Amino acid sequence: MPIRDTILKQIELIRSGKGKAFPPLTDDLPLLDSGLDSLGIAVLVTRLEDQLGIDPFSDAELSSPPVTLGDFVRVYERVAQPA
Amino acid sequence: MNVSLSQLKKAWATAGNAATCRNRYFWGHDTAIRFSDFAAGTCLGGRCGDLAGKSVLLATEDQLAAALALIELDGVAARIVVCPPDIGDDQLHAIGSAASVDAIVSDGRPLLMDKKGRYPHFVCDTSIKFGSDVGNGNLTTEWILLSSGTSSGMPKLVVHTLATLTAPLPFGNDPCDDIVWGTFYDIRRYGGLQIFLRALMGGGSMVLPDQRESIPNHVERLQRRGVSHISGTPSHWRRLIMSGTADTLKPRYIRLSGEIADQPILDTLRSTYGSGRIVHAFASTEAGVGFEVTDGLAGFPDDFVGRREGVEVRIENASLSIRSDRTALRYLNDDAQLMNPDGFVDTGDVVERRGGRFHFLGRRSGIINIGGMKVHPEEIETIINRHPSVAMSAVRARKNPIVGAVVAAEVVLKSDASITPGPDIEAEILSLCRQSLPPHKVPVSLRLVTSLQIAQAGKLSRSNA
Repeated sequence: MPIRDTILKQIELIRSGKGKAFPPLTDDLPLLDSGLDSLGIAVLVTRLEDQLGIDPFSDAELSSPPVTLGDFVRVYERVAQPA
Repeated sequence: MNVSLSQLKKAWATAGNAATCRNRYFWGHDTAIRFSDFAAGTCLGGRCGDLAGKSVLLATEDQLAAALALIELDGVAARIVVCPPDIGDDQLHAIGSAASVDAIVSDGRPLLMDKKGRYPHFVCDTSIKFGSDVGNGNLTTEWILLSSGTSSGMPKLVVHTLATLTAPLPFGNDPCDDIVWGTFYDIRRYGGLQIFLRALMGGGSMVLPDQRESIPNHVERLQRRGVSHISGTPSHWRRLIMSGTADTLKPRYIRLSGEIADQPILDTLRSTYGSGRIVHAFASTEAGVGFEVTDGLAGFPDDFVGRREGVEVRIENASLSIRSDRTALRYLNDDAQLMNPDGFVDTGDVVERRGGRFHFLGRRSGIINIGGMKVHPEEIETIINRHPSVAMSAVRARKNPIVGAVVAAEVVLKSDASITPGPDIEAEILSLCRQSLPPHKVPVSLRLVTSLQIAQAGKLSRSNA
């Protein structure tokens, strides 16, 4: 499964437990509007580490944290497939 | 109670005691010692007198050998450093200097710490020789127990005396010769030492554990000797239940201490042992035995706070503090104060009042910080253990770049043919957690494992990954 799909699926899983309606997952959606609070993002990062075997956020070179969902996905894609 | 163990030993030979002492035994792994045979005998080759007034490091492999040496040396040696078997030689060396040791007693275990032969070495042996000339045995011997370590990994050396160690014993109750004690603790740790002293001073016999034998083997020995009173940590008891051999034992008295006794383990023991008395005690090496809970419910009634039976219990900053004549006296090697200036020992065990009861949340030092929110791993384990298919669980911190740490759970399922490990059970357990816990306490990951490590002291290993 492409990294993007894995990430979107995990976000859906985490926010589905909350029983509310959430905005669709588009690239320009700010991560914190996706229905995940900081704990939710922490959970997401842990699950992705288990599934993908990478944790880009423990990398000291990461200068600015991702703001939108698109930024977040690109961080993972960059670490998984270095240019 | 000013009689030393060496004096007590002598008294076994007197006419009034001889009859009962002929029926009292310490059963080791492969040796049985009858109290009356040891009364006029020695496990130290008759050299006990040479240890008078000395600071003795007792480091044996065999628990029976240690038991006999403790009896012979209390009241004779100035100090006995009681070493469990898992202490490495480098640590023994440091312990030896901290306790100003000037003699070693072992059962032949080669001690690297003494390869230069600096210390006089005494062999203690479970083959008893006749003769014991120990003088009057009226010294107040310091018993040095090892408590789980400082940050450097060096154990804390905790000073007790026979008086502080035996203060919790229920004297006055009729000594009952048909009691056979068993414990899953090593007798060189506080929990096991309590049982050893109960067997010794309260009447009855004892089956000594052996750290080298398997659980079924140990259980078989307990069963063969008709053990009636057994003690261990909740982890020990869970392991016994998981071994499938628990129902071969018929104890009348079931004691838990050293960790939080949660409701699931109390209920499991109740259904396994029917009418047996189930007691969970709050005890630690430093604070001694604080109190015993006998109503079969987790936690303790709130009227235990205050003064009862010579023990004062106080809740300070949410943690349990205890003052009594059972607490240790001081640390030998640590600048930290064992007790506050007013004599209270802060146990570091955090409690919370719910209804008319206090419940244990966990160790203050074990708190996991999730983005500033404090979590005790034990409170999550208690919820997981409620699932009917769960035998035991361990919750640990897992590093997380967003909130510092999250919680991860490892779960051992009961070995029951009707239980199929897999995603369904994992989902059920997590759903139980979501119903019962705020979101930050719900494990982020849950892994089914076949066993969990129990440390030498009988408690779940809590080193974080």
